[in-house]
Amino acid sequence: MFPIKGEFALILAVIFGFAFGWLLQRGKVTSYNVIVNQFRFRDFTVLKVMMTAIIVGGIGVLILKDVGLAKLHIRDANMLGTIVGAAIFGVGMVLYGYCPGTGVAAVATGSVHALVGMVGMLIGAVLYAFSFSWVKANILSVWALGKVTLPQLWGVSPWVLYGALTVGAGLLFYWVEKQKK
Amino acid sequence: MAMQSQTRVASGLSSRWTPYLAGVGIGVLSWIVFVVVANPIGITTSIGQIAGGVMSPIIGPEAVSTNAYWKTNVMKLDYGTLFLIGTFFGALASSLISRTFAIETIPSVWLERFGPSKAKRYTAAIVGGALAMYGARMAGGCTSGNGISQGLQLAVVGWTFLMVMFTSGLITAAIMFRTRQT
Repeated sequence: MFPIKGEFALILAVIFGFAFGWLLQRGKVTSYNVIVNQFRFRDFTVLKVMMTAIIVGGIGVLILKDVGLAKLHIRDANMLGTIVGAAIFGVGMVLYGYCPGTGVAAVATGSVHALVGMVGMLIGAVLYAFSFSWVKANILSVWALGKVTLPQLWGVSPWVLYGALTVGAGLLFYWVEKQKK
Repeated sequence: MAMQSQTRVASGLSSRWTPYLAGVGIGVLSWIVFVVVANPIGITTSIGQIAGGVMSPIIGPEAVSTNAYWKTNVMKLDYGTLFLIGTFFGALASSLISRTFAIETIPSVWLERFGPSKAKRYTAAIVGGALAMYGARMAGGCTSGNGISQGLQLAVVGWTFLMVMFTSGLITAAIMFRTRQT
């Protein structure tokens, strides 16, 4: 039965996207102030949303994989490309005040500057397409580890890492919530 | 105010959920998409495709179809593009129903630091948007596709992205919002 492909999957795409946009807005990460203040350590909303999503999502997906209902979808770790790309991304995210997903969602909440930044996103995508051949040959091919996970790299059980993440995030957010009082 | 915000959290249609609840929601949505469509949440792949469609009338469809990137990333109403459209309407419905939809040209945090110039804010948004998109494509995904979807699978690419992106963002914010020495 699963996974569903074809036209019905396209209807589901709209529904799942709708849920994602709804959740981003409810989580307040469609707000410029919330995102930029995370990088100034004045607001921890972004980390709360992301870490909770990663821990809850990760543990669930691992169980679903173990019982045979889901497969993992690991992407290639092209380390130089990931490091340089993420460094550029971090500068862009703070200047723009959104990441691409929250930017699209923010336009829908009435953010005019998020809409203006979408033009920038298209420009960035065009520049990437024009430089793709060079980037592929000179950056993406460097230090390419393949579809590798941290448990494979470190030789530990994924459960140990999820446990450590849960404890780490728990302590961080306990501290953050305590500061507010 | 405090009372009001506490009672609001309890209702599903309230304007603001606790971020933990939104995070749990995105986590559960990930379970569903992994099983039902085997297609993890992601945003920038489809924006890359759309850029090709936008450029087609400018540089000609042939230049687009022979481009090394757009050759394999063709603009079409596929799963990723429809997910992106859904994301827009989900946020729109959420902000309208919670009555938080508001036209914002300059956010308060920006206003406090850089003043009321729209030109300044829009320039930063365009440059920032371009850098974020370029970086996301080079890294293989953005906060959603790389950070959350790869991060939750404990993929090396996801965690490398998260760590470097966050560090880079912290440095950028520290420079942008440094207090001026007078």
